[in-house]
Amino acid sequence: MSSANPATESSHVVSIGDHIRNNIREYGMLIALVVIMLLFQYLTNGVLFRPQNLTNIVLQNSFIVIMALGMLLVIVAGHIDLSVGSVVGFVGAVAGVLVVQMHMNLALATVICLLMGAAVGAWHGYFIAYHRIPSFIVTLSGMLVFRGLTYTIINTTGNGSSIGPFPPAFQIVATGFIPDFADMGGIHSTSILLTVAIPIVMFFLSWRRRSVNEQHGIDVEPFSFFVGQNLVVAAAAIFIGYQISSYRGLPNVLILMLLLIALYAFATQRTTIGRRIYAMGGNEKATKLSGIDTRRLTFYTFINMGILASIAGIIIATRLNSATAKGGDGLELDVIAACFIGGASASGGVGKVTGAVIGALIMGVLNQGMSILGYQTDSQKMIKGAVLLAAVFIDVYNKNKG
Amino acid sequence: MDNTILEMRTITKSFPGVNALENVNLKVRQGEIHALVGENGAGKSTLMKVLSGVYPAGTYDGDIYYDGAVRQFKTIKDSEEIGIIIIHQELALVPLLSIAENIFLGNEVVANGMINWQETFTRTKKLLAKVGLKESPNTLVTDIGVGKQQLVEIAKALSKSVKLLILDEPTASLNESDSDALLNLLIEFRNQGITSIIITHKLNEVRKVADEITVLRDGMTVKTLNCHEEEISEDIIIRNMVGRELADRYPPRSVPIGETIFEVKNWNAFHQQHRDRQILHDINVHVRKGEVVGIAGLMGAGRTEFAMSVFGRSYGHKVSGEVFLEGKLVDTSTVRKAIDAGLAYVTEDRKQLGLVLSNSILHNTTLANLLGVSKATVIDDVRELQVATNYRSKLRIRSAGVFQEAGNLSGGNQQKVVLSKWLFSDPDVLILDEPTRGIDVGAKYEIYSIINQLAADGKGVLMISSEMPELLGTCDRIYVMNEGRIVAELPKAEASQESIMRAIMRSGEKHQ
Repeated sequence: MSSANPATESSHVVSIGDHIRNNIREYGMLIALVVIMLLFQYLTNGVLFRPQNLTNIVLQNSFIVIMALGMLLVIVAGHIDLSVGSVVGFVGAVAGVLVVQMHMNLALATVICLLMGAAVGAWHGYFIAYHRIPSFIVTLSGMLVFRGLTYTIINTTGNGSSIGPFPPAFQIVATGFIPDFADMGGIHSTSILLTVAIPIVMFFLSWRRRSVNEQHGIDVEPFSFFVGQNLVVAAAAIFIGYQISSYRGLPNVLILMLLLIALYAFATQRTTIGRRIYAMGGNEKATKLSGIDTRRLTFYTFINMGILASIAGIIIATRLNSATAKGGDGLELDVIAACFIGGASASGGVGKVTGAVIGALIMGVLNQGMSILGYQTDSQKMIKGAVLLAAVFIDVYNKNKG
Repeated sequence: MDNTILEMRTITKSFPGVNALENVNLKVRQGEIHALVGENGAGKSTLMKVLSGVYPAGTYDGDIYYDGAVRQFKTIKDSEEIGIIIIHQELALVPLLSIAENIFLGNEVVANGMINWQETFTRTKKLLAKVGLKESPNTLVTDIGVGKQQLVEIAKALSKSVKLLILDEPTASLNESDSDALLNLLIEFRNQGITSIIITHKLNEVRKVADEITVLRDGMTVKTLNCHEEEISEDIIIRNMVGRELADRYPPRSVPIGETIFEVKNWNAFHQQHRDRQILHDINVHVRKGEVVGIAGLMGAGRTEFAMSVFGRSYGHKVSGEVFLEGKLVDTSTVRKAIDAGLAYVTEDRKQLGLVLSNSILHNTTLANLLGVSKATVIDDVRELQVATNYRSKLRIRSAGVFQEAGNLSGGNQQKVVLSKWLFSDPDVLILDEPTRGIDVGAKYEIYSIINQLAADGKGVLMISSEMPELLGTCDRIYVMNEGRIVAELPKAEASQESIMRAIMRSGEKHQ
């Protein structure tokens, strides 16, 4: 290779203080999540961290996290999707018709549902990308249209206000747990194995990343801090994994969620399509003049959102064991809030997968904690709204100050 | 020395990590035009922001004496009240409001809580007459050119009974005749006793209007030159600005010129919005290997429109014509196809069209050629880092590293990042649109050197510029464009400012 090798530059180890200051956004988010968890652990007298409750947090929020992955890309691209709640209901109703009433093969029904989601995304994406109609308007329209369609399907084909129940085999992703291979008494063996294995793999990956960075003269945090930080995260993950394992094991939906998180984290950071979406959100004209088909990219972003919303739609319908006309109602706001709490910028170009996931978890823990404490929906909404504003305010304040 | 109207003494202003100004002194006499010059990042704009209260008293050290008293401005309003008006580089006009509404925005002519439109209208008329602008007060600002918008800004300043007018690079986006009109206006103001401070990079303008020149470098006052006591040449100003002798402003080039590499034939295009208005008429140009070819013309001649329509039909409607690269007809109907064919277009508007300001230098550098650093759509980040680091050192981009956001760089360094991006796309022909607009003398020299290197590598360069000395200094051949037509083609030996202007004027008469 003829190019100058940057490896000849000296590596820079920055001080712990500088490192935290440079990454204040990520750490701030994580600290907020931990503080909220500890707060509810205290307020509920230790009920929150019980195996069953932790399992419930996963089961009840996985679909938010999954949709937040798609919404993050939409927001980074400089758009918004208000329709996802209705798409969830619509796909749930379609699944109900196909599986419950037509007794269709489950795999085929799943594929059709995902295609439905993709088609809805393509419908929105077409008007947004190729006719430059603001996404707010197009998806607001979609929100109404697909909610209406959901009502129509349920009212014309269902008995009463819902379609159900679903066959148990169709519910396996939403409510099932990973299989156990060896009997370890009260603890779920495969789950505990995975619980230990995942942090080890994560540690290995980030260690390799750090050493590559160091070789190329990129600033890295001190080694002791790096190890300490990873140990803390690993300990937390193993604790939570252990708790969940001692209930019924890791839920299938948790595995699905983790796989999707890994996939989208990789896609946003390391693939050309991810890079192009960030560039487009930051400056669409400049990106277009760099030879990137921004219209097609926008189109794909919405198709992706539609598919993820349909996955969530199947999970929600099968978890509740019935498709209802109100299924997924208002979910779009939780999903959008998760992205903004997670540091995404409303003007596009900025936001991280990890941030959106943490944002979704913050919302989830708030929901679960307040439910345990017996808060009614009204106060729950007020608190969630306040948290959203506070998170974005702190973000903006820090940015203007820095 | 009694006629000093403004004195800024030992002004020090620091931002986190940098001292933007260090003990800067500035003395301005009543009724003069005082030029403030210096390289980008020298602290000119910061100093003016301190003066006008954008940075309130208390956030800087030092004193401001104005009209014989110490002043401490908390807000811009405080400074405006005693007649200090600043006109920023980016115009602060609301495009969809009329000229009259803009002039009296925030300062409306009010009677009984209602706006008196008749009074607003007549006052605006008077103000417009003063600045020599023949437009109706009801015309929307978006419908007039940048040159006229600049005049509206000045009329707005006059409406606030200005005593000290500060202009931050007022002519940066103006063509020569608009610039001249503006400078003449300043001279007229001087005769009426209005003091002006003008920040500019254009030294010929400084020589034309300034009574005194203060040179800033790296946040410090270098020198104040008096234009009436001694003959101030551009070389003297440059030497003070950069702190070194600039032997030649245009680096020499001796590259053998080869075969034709790039040719555009019979190029026509219509206006993007007004679709029946043809804006490019039968344009034919060619560029040879190792050749730097200029396109001269006034603002609005259609040069940028030509370049962008060739580069992936990024501008225009009903575009027709043929593009040849190395003798082969190529399809440039989308930006991707144009890039793949071997074209690159370095835009005149780096902030809007050239860079993703929220992204790092690293990400901007590889944006046009992501496939060059990836395998099967996965980006090889080690390779990407090598590429960006390599261009950063080769083009001498001054930054904390390749991870710095492009938005935090100075104009010259931003321009180098845009160039990095296009160099990495490995084009055969580069179209450079105003490659040195708004950047300082030192960085300009570096850009010219890069252009020479491109020619030496056997590439073809087509350069659009509104600064004629720059075209004359760097090009082997110059096309002159006017009203959407190529009206002359001048080899280096025949090209001069006069011959270019003559070609423009003659063609103008022909089409009347």
